[in-house]
Amino acid sequence: MATRPAKKGFSHKKIERNVTLLGALALLTVTIGGIVEIAPLFWIDNTVEKVEGMRPYTPLELAGRNIYMREGCYTCHSQMIRPFRDEVERYGHYSLAAESMYDHPFQWGSKRTGPDLARVGGRYSDEWHRAHLADPRSVVPESIMPPYAFLAEKDLETGDMSNDLAALYRVGVPYTKADIAKANDDIQAQANPDAGAGDLQKRYPKAQVRDFDGDPSRVTEMDALIAYLQMLGTLVDVDRAAPQGRAGETEAAR
Amino acid sequence: MSYDELRHFADSWGLLAMALLFLTLIAWPFRPSARARNDEAANMIFKDDEHG
Amino acid sequence: MDTLVAKAGGWLGLAFLALVMAAMAVDAPFAVHMIIVAFACLLMLWATVSRADYEAIARGLLKMPADEGVYDDDPIRWGVIATLFWGLAGMAAGLFIALQLAFPALNLGFEYTTFGRLRPLHTSAVIFAFGGNALIATSYYVVQRTCRARLAFPTLARFVFWGYQLFIVLAATGYLMGVTEAKEYAEPEWYVDLWLTIVWVAYLIVFLGTIVKRREPHIYVANWFYLSFIITIAMLHLVNNLSMPASLFGSKSYAAFAGVQDALTQWWYGHNAVGFFLTAGFLAMMYYFVPKQAERPVYSYRLSIIHFWSLIFLYIWAGPHHLHYTALPDWAQTLGMVFSVILWMPSWGGMINGLMTLNGAWDKIRTDPIIRMMVMALAFYGMSTFEGPMMSIKWVNSMSHYTDWTIGHVHSGALGWNGMITFACVYYLVPRLWGRPRLYSLRMVNWHFWLATVGIVFYAASMWVAGIMQGLMWREYGADGYLVYSFAESVSAMHPMYLIRAAGGAMYLAGFLIMVFNVWATLGGRVRTEKPMTETPYNAAADRPLAPVPAE
Repeated sequence: MATRPAKKGFSHKKIERNVTLLGALALLTVTIGGIVEIAPLFWIDNTVEKVEGMRPYTPLELAGRNIYMREGCYTCHSQMIRPFRDEVERYGHYSLAAESMYDHPFQWGSKRTGPDLARVGGRYSDEWHRAHLADPRSVVPESIMPPYAFLAEKDLETGDMSNDLAALYRVGVPYTKADIAKANDDIQAQANPDAGAGDLQKRYPKAQVRDFDGDPSRVTEMDALIAYLQMLGTLVDVDRAAPQGRAGETEAAR
Repeated sequence: MSYDELRHFADSWGLLAMALLFLTLIAWPFRPSARARNDEAANMIFKDDEHG
Repeated sequence: MDTLVAKAGGWLGLAFLALVMAAMAVDAPFAVHMIIVAFACLLMLWATVSRADYEAIARGLLKMPADEGVYDDDPIRWGVIATLFWGLAGMAAGLFIALQLAFPALNLGFEYTTFGRLRPLHTSAVIFAFGGNALIATSYYVVQRTCRARLAFPTLARFVFWGYQLFIVLAATGYLMGVTEAKEYAEPEWYVDLWLTIVWVAYLIVFLGTIVKRREPHIYVANWFYLSFIITIAMLHLVNNLSMPASLFGSKSYAAFAGVQDALTQWWYGHNAVGFFLTAGFLAMMYYFVPKQAERPVYSYRLSIIHFWSLIFLYIWAGPHHLHYTALPDWAQTLGMVFSVILWMPSWGGMINGLMTLNGAWDKIRTDPIIRMMVMALAFYGMSTFEGPMMSIKWVNSMSHYTDWTIGHVHSGALGWNGMITFACVYYLVPRLWGRPRLYSLRMVNWHFWLATVGIVFYAASMWVAGIMQGLMWREYGADGYLVYSFAESVSAMHPMYLIRAAGGAMYLAGFLIMVFNVWATLGGRVRTEKPMTETPYNAAADRPLAPVPAE
């Protein structure tokens, strides 16, 4: 509305008869809200708080995240715990902006047909995840989740993972040259403990190195997805990052 | 201009200016002189019976 | 002849290029997509060299009248057919995934048929394929009639239609193969987004070109809404889909923004896809077709001016209400909430403007099932634009967010407002576009109306109950200070609600099937012999209505 100057000699009639003017004013009108709301997020410093421990995804976790996206997990699972007593008790400390600072795109989700997954890492064993993904109702009888048994049968085929890391580097994720160069080796190193992790855990602190899918002979999509799920919410020491939000995290509610 | 100054301006004079502008713009189409033209515009879709 | 060779060579070149891309593809879905593109190019090549009059063949096939009118109506007729086709596909997919939530065995154990892959298929098919085709077709119809000018750039207008169908095919097949940017309602990957951008710019050119060559000085209000819809969708699409492909020969890309910035950009896009695709565009339909069907001018043209500017100004701000209590800064959440609540006013202003158009002709609701559909559409528009601002209040949102209440809200808007107004417009358009005296059956329209209405009530009511139940169960504390329900218990409590929802969806789909049959029969030139919808039994001798007789 702020676009109809009421000065003398100008009437709305002009706009109604000049399509260029109408189009330009409409565009101006619809840009204002977006600029006022979105632009400051990029320059106000405290939008994303400073935290210890955040790092980019390892190539295996990233491949798992890509499977998470491919299968549309975000249509039923959120990754954003709100600061309410029940959510904090059910899922853990409320989510911090910094925890998704390397998420291109974000996966906060909008629907909880299934539970929130922001801090699912470490809550269940790899065996549980394998059984649950292959046949959800074998471990949670009430579940209505689709079965994903095919993940364990498909070899992880990512193409050249260096391209993916390089693309993320270009949009601002601080991967090092070594990270990008070793991307494909890092996948093998993380999923196969016998291969020797090398300096993986030095470049990616808290990276979990093991065989995730119970089949050490090969790296499957199941390896990647479980590696991703098991690291969700494990990087940041949230109580140190936000001391005002001290929440008693109890497993009892789950 | 710092964030606080901007915020202060938005809460006071900015708000008042926006409210006045809003009321002016709402009142604008209701000028009596615009009535005839608006009626004409509203009826223009019925001028051509042949082709819808 | 030279141009023919050049054209054919161009299509062959494009097909070859697509095949080269397919051969160099780094992932299988990208190769499949490039083969689809090559196939489309070869079809065009064949159409070019065989030089048959395909528009004539299409006219014969779809029983379209030879286009000798003052307006260019062929793309509109195709658009109506495409609307029905994609509507059927999208709604059937919706019913199927609704049943999957009630009976998870229906995921069938194939990766291509899981809920996670079919859900974007459903949302995109109904919003962009069904709604998009309806918008393109009606905008072509309205802009020609209100400008009294034939469609500008007829070839480009046809390119928009076919290009848009290619976009739909690429997006839909991509979802099945797991090609997605994983941003809701913006799932197509980077190369499909680029293609849509090209098509959309062509659409803007056709629409603007027609307005520029108009023979009517005034630009009718419906065109303002169409224009703002086209421009704003272009802006939203470009910004929200900014992404970095991992490889130029692969389907995977990474979004330009991350985390909180990406979240707000996405919901700025997502909410305004509702605001401009599903609201402004469909309001344009309302501002033309409701007055035409009611044969009365819009209630207040001045109100429509205010409606337009305030709606497009306010809608853009409302996005953050999708991110209440998240890691989005508080000031942005509050701003989003305040503007969402204010947005209630222009929304209802528009609804009142539409409904009051019937002022003095309210009897048409009883006598004309198409008017009745329009009125019901506006009623649902009013309901969901009241419910929306309410749910954007943080206190309400703390319970409604993440639950099925949101799903119910979306569907009362989508099924009630977008669906009903589209049905009414199609019923209005079909006899006129195909030169038929009337629809095959008005009584079937009536059946459609009631099936759809009752279906929506089942749907919205069950999801409302389901959402509130979820919200309450998740936060229920016992006397011992522990949470009462596990998450799994809230899932199993949803089962009856999911059944009722699926039943509502099935009724809505059944009504749609009746419509498809009715339109098909109308195209065939058939007219059903049926009793008029409203005939007051009349005693000629006494010159008064007979006493009411019970229905047979």
